[in-house]
Amino acid sequence: MIRSTHLPLLITIATFVLAYTLCASQYPAMLSTRVVANLLTDNAFLGIAAVGMTFVILSGGIDLSVGSVIAFTGVFLAVILRDTSIHPLAAFVLVLAITVSFGAAMGAMIHYLEMPPFIVTLAGMFLARGAAYVLSTDSVPITHEFYDTLQSLYFKAPGGGRFRLTGMIMLLTFLVGIIVAHRTRFGQNVYALGGGLPTARLMGVPLARTTIGIYATSGGLAGLAGIIFSLYTSAGYSLATVGVELDAIAAVVIGGTLLTGGTGFVAGTFFGILIMGLIQTFIVFDGTLSSWWTKIVIGGLLFGFILLQKGLTWATTLRRKPATEFAAQS
Amino acid sequence: MSAHIHSTLRRITPQLVILAAVLFLNFLVFPDFFRIEFQHGRLFGNLIDVLNRGAPTALLCIGMTLVIATRGIDLSVGAVMAIAGAVAASLVVDGHSWHVALVGALAVGAICGIWNGVLVAVLRIQPIVATLVLMVAGRGIAQLVTEGTILTFVNPGLIHLGAGTVLGIPTPILIWICLGLLVTAAVRKTALGMLIEAIGINESSSRLAGINSRVLIISVYLISGFCAALAGVIVAADIKGADANNAGLWLELDAILAVVIGGNSLLGGRFSIIASLLGALIIQSVNSVILLSGMPPEFNLVIKALIIIAILVIQSPTVKHALYILRASAEPLPPEPAKEAKESPQ
Repeated sequence: MIRSTHLPLLITIATFVLAYTLCASQYPAMLSTRVVANLLTDNAFLGIAAVGMTFVILSGGIDLSVGSVIAFTGVFLAVILRDTSIHPLAAFVLVLAITVSFGAAMGAMIHYLEMPPFIVTLAGMFLARGAAYVLSTDSVPITHEFYDTLQSLYFKAPGGGRFRLTGMIMLLTFLVGIIVAHRTRFGQNVYALGGGLPTARLMGVPLARTTIGIYATSGGLAGLAGIIFSLYTSAGYSLATVGVELDAIAAVVIGGTLLTGGTGFVAGTFFGILIMGLIQTFIVFDGTLSSWWTKIVIGGLLFGFILLQKGLTWATTLRRKPATEFAAQS
Repeated sequence: MSAHIHSTLRRITPQLVILAAVLFLNFLVFPDFFRIEFQHGRLFGNLIDVLNRGAPTALLCIGMTLVIATRGIDLSVGAVMAIAGAVAASLVVDGHSWHVALVGALAVGAICGIWNGVLVAVLRIQPIVATLVLMVAGRGIAQLVTEGTILTFVNPGLIHLGAGTVLGIPTPILIWICLGLLVTAAVRKTALGMLIEAIGINESSSRLAGINSRVLIISVYLISGFCAALAGVIVAADIKGADANNAGLWLELDAILAVVIGGNSLLGGRFSIIASLLGALIIQSVNSVILLSGMPPEFNLVIKALIIIAILVIQSPTVKHALYILRASAEPLPPEPAKEAKESPQ
């Protein structure tokens, strides 16, 4: 029998397969490796950010700073590569160190000040975006031969699809994310935290270390997403990636992770990203639909999956407590 | 009665002090700050500008205060502003009068609010998530209404709402002050405010005590949607056009910030609309300092972030507890333990 925790994931995968089949039946070209490769490349930065968001949401939190951190990373890289002569790899290490400690600081505030993650990461969002503005308000181009080398790395599949380095890094991130979530102590602690703070404390989960670790992971992955985004656009712009945190949250929810935390899969987020990318690809293929339909469809999907989650939780509580009708209602 | 005024004053003292300090900063960087002139039949001056430019945030934070008091949050207000502006603009462009446009926009805002309320109260979805749906989809809907363009209009009646004056005072100022007073009276002169606080403190027990929490929660989201729609119409009227992409962008965050600066706990319970409105004015005065001092506007976000962090530290239960211990150990008797118990979120 299928466990109810797996059901949202299965429905997400089914939705993706169904949507892809429908798209492909209308436009057979959607099946080409070019489309598949672009699906991965175009959504690489969003996917990486969404892995971090999955951990945050699994722990019952939320991270609104992701989009701003991506923009900050891009601007920081562009400015430092323009003004100094350090190697991009060193710059990558530096910016990752900054974003990881930024995330860790937010995690520490959430844990030690006992404030809701929502408002702490809101402050982080303002701070990161503001820091990006202070560095530069213009779009700063990145011209470095190392960037050209990285951008020219791809594996050419039969049919002309180019699987670029960025897409591969996203796949790798998802793979590592899945292993960390399901096969390490840290992953188990994240799930325990999402199951409930008092229970986690009684179980002996190191709350401070785990909370700080979760937000540091999210910050670091947002930094990595920023690096990928700067490779994708070859520029740093402080107004870029506004609202990416919402896309990431939407992908996580569509991927079947419960927003109250505790239940969900990193793999689900991957399919969530693919579904969102597919909607955009379909709109491009169609040509007559306006791009704002993307937002409406994503909003509709979000609503559908939230209802589904609600229905499942409701069904489980009904099964567990048939006598207490009031609790089921509440 | 005087005791009531006294307790209200004590509640809003921190906000008044901060506002006075920020206004004084304004005065330091720009000595003419407090000068108000009467020209061409309307009031002019930086102080009037603060009141006028703060109108959208002030309107939003009226509804947001009530929503947060029920332990909720409404992320969709910015998107609702865009939808309402688009609806009002498209109605006047289609040749309807501005009354119809205003009523239409407010009705759409109320419907958006009811949608959020039903998701939260009936389907029991977490408020952040429930309102996220409309936040994501709302701008798309607004684009659908304006058909992807910035819809401009010339209807003088509608423009008057955003850019006109009544008796020399800019209309937006009158609108937010009147609505603020109206809602405050409605919640404080009746038991409504207490019932809303009861839901925020403990929803299950409030329901057991006989409060119809479902209807009340739907109504607070409705009020929030209504306020957002009014703000959206004002913003659209001010620029004589409905911009579905940028109208009210990130204003939901300003509104939440205003409520937090107003000393209202994000964990629900006791609230003060007047304090939130003062919070909105503080935000606008900070913007004004940054503009007047000639500091690059890029610093705006950094300063806002630092303000939030400072408030978070002050409001956090850990710091409150530490202060309480400090004060208790300094004096032989713990000062006013009842007050402390009320202030700390349960």
